[in-house]
Amino acid sequence: MKETPLSNCERDFLLRAIEEKKRLDGRQTYDYRKLKITFGTDYGCCFVDLGQTRVMAQVSCELVAPKENRPTEGILFFNIELSPMASPSFEQGRQSELSVKLNRQLERCLRNSKCIDTESLCVVSGEKVWQVRVDVHTLNNDGNLMDAASVAAITALCHFRRPDVAIQGEEVTVFSPEERDPIPLSVYHMPISVSFAFFQQGTFLLVDPCEREERVMDGLLMIAMNKHREICSIQSSGGIMLLKDQVMRCSKIASVKVSEITELISQALLNDKAARKAGGKCGFAESMPQDRITALKMDQTDVEMTNVSQTGSGVILQGDEAPPPTVPSPVVPVPGVGQVGQGLQSWGLEEEEEDDDDEEEESSGDDQVEEVTQIKLSEKDKKEAAVVEISDSEEEEVVILYPETTEKSKNSGSRSDQKGAAASKKRQKK
Amino acid sequence: VSFLRRSKFEEGGMMEVSASNNVSLREFGCEQNLLSRPDGSASFVQGDTSVMAGVYGPAEVKVSKEIYDRATLEVLLQPKVGPAGVREQSQEQCVRETCEAALLLSLHPRSSLTLILQVLHDDGSLLSCCLNAACMALMDAGLSMSCLFCGVTCAIGADGDIIADPTAAQEKESRALMTFAIDSTERRVMMSSTKGSFSVQELQECVAVSQKASEKVFQFYRDSVRRRYSKNL
Repeated sequence: MKETPLSNCERDFLLRAIEEKKRLDGRQTYDYRKLKITFGTDYGCCFVDLGQTRVMAQVSCELVAPKENRPTEGILFFNIELSPMASPSFEQGRQSELSVKLNRQLERCLRNSKCIDTESLCVVSGEKVWQVRVDVHTLNNDGNLMDAASVAAITALCHFRRPDVAIQGEEVTVFSPEERDPIPLSVYHMPISVSFAFFQQGTFLLVDPCEREERVMDGLLMIAMNKHREICSIQSSGGIMLLKDQVMRCSKIASVKVSEITELISQALLNDKAARKAGGKCGFAESMPQDRITALKMDQTDVEMTNVSQTGSGVILQGDEAPPPTVPSPVVPVPGVGQVGQGLQSWGLEEEEEDDDDEEEESSGDDQVEEVTQIKLSEKDKKEAAVVEISDSEEEEVVILYPETTEKSKNSGSRSDQKGAAASKKRQKK
Repeated sequence: VSFLRRSKFEEGGMMEVSASNNVSLREFGCEQNLLSRPDGSASFVQGDTSVMAGVYGPAEVKVSKEIYDRATLEVLLQPKVGPAGVREQSQEQCVRETCEAALLLSLHPRSSLTLILQVLHDDGSLLSCCLNAACMALMDAGLSMSCLFCGVTCAIGADGDIIADPTAAQEKESRALMTFAIDSTERRVMMSSTKGSFSVQELQECVAVSQKASEKVFQFYRDSVRRRYSKNL
């Protein structure tokens, strides 16, 4: 589905408003939207709401062989999934330019800044290391996906616990969470990305652009920074020329924003830790708002179970009353005959008839010669019939590949049957 | 032979009656219209299992997917970790066929409907949660349907008792697992997906349990819609 294009008057309106230092949602130039961090039921699951923008991050880990050039380092893997849920223009399973850009920026922000101690993820040097995988799912795109994704990813990494392992000689034991408490990752610092949108060739600047603002902006500057005011990555895109003091001003703003967000993240992590310690339930189900008119919750309910087994048997009995599906018994004219596939249509013989035939055969001795010719005739028929009959089953190959042997065996096996068949032929003639 | 079969059933039936008095659904909740971009959205929670659903459409359709007399419905299921695999595809198909049966697709010829389901947490009964979330999202999107539907998962434990809405641990221990989509008008089975081995009697009992449980879910649908269109909380 294509994105609805922005109309010219909408574009002009937005730009005019920005020139007048006004934003659609009433924010000031340097204001961030409301940031909300919640956690899922399991470790390493984090939801971030940045205004209407919503992302979810899930961290998982598995034991893998390390990279050859770094035998003592664990592997960090990042993946931002631009789900079509977030925006109709995102397509499933296609690496768009935006997704490559976001993935690359997240990698630079979190992996290349060495914020996670990868050496502590090594289990057996050169053989087994932990691969930590961060999946970021976008749920709703209302602009500034990068900042939301970076907050979600680093918070999920801080929240994540990996299983404990013990090494005895060659043997590696992985303990389940019940046996031994899982271990958190060692996080050195928390880089957080802050985005700045530029308008009118860099004349105007906005922090945390929303979706509409992103669509009219000229350029974007993303600065990833930690609370020690260390820049982890900086990227300018959109092809605008920025002056040195503009970049300096942005980094100053970023340092303020980052310290605020870091504070919020640590508070959220502390709250979650306390909630988990208290043994209360936590997770998405608990964080669902109760006071909204669009939300409703229902407690555990019992299902009335009387009559269930009676109903069940009733249905079956009803089914039994109906005449059982008749499975026609396969016609085997005489024992020792091999038939393939649907036996019924093959020969056109009826069982009763056959019985008669047998009797008749015994009684009729005078027209032997006639019968012999009949046998030959029917044999021909049979060969044709056999080929046609078998043609759609797997045995076909056998018939084609070794026609002589099969025919022989067929003939020897079905000789007595052919008599019967012949007799029936004769009877039909009569 | 038929006598033998019947008596066996009766034995089984007796066992069920004694064991199945404790059938209950976990607490469930729903929030509609929680995302700003999609035309309809909902999140459905059953115990700890939660699924978010978003619907886009009716909208422009790709020419290759266009159907001249009805809308093309596409269902995508996003797992929590890693890319979608065969398991997700089979579940997508289950949901799609149920939705296609319920939706009045001929009202929107040559257009596309996209339903995206995002797993937020899997603690058993995932497919039924997906179905419920899908129905709520379709309702939120205001699409015309001939009936509503809900999903109920039943597990048959090792000792033959039926557990409705099982958790992941219960699913693991169970001998058979069945998910039914039930329609709201006649309580008929719209879709069934089964795993494991079970007798005809057990299947029919699970259908009966699901039909009973669906009453509760449909009552919940009704309550949540009533709440949504009420003037106060």
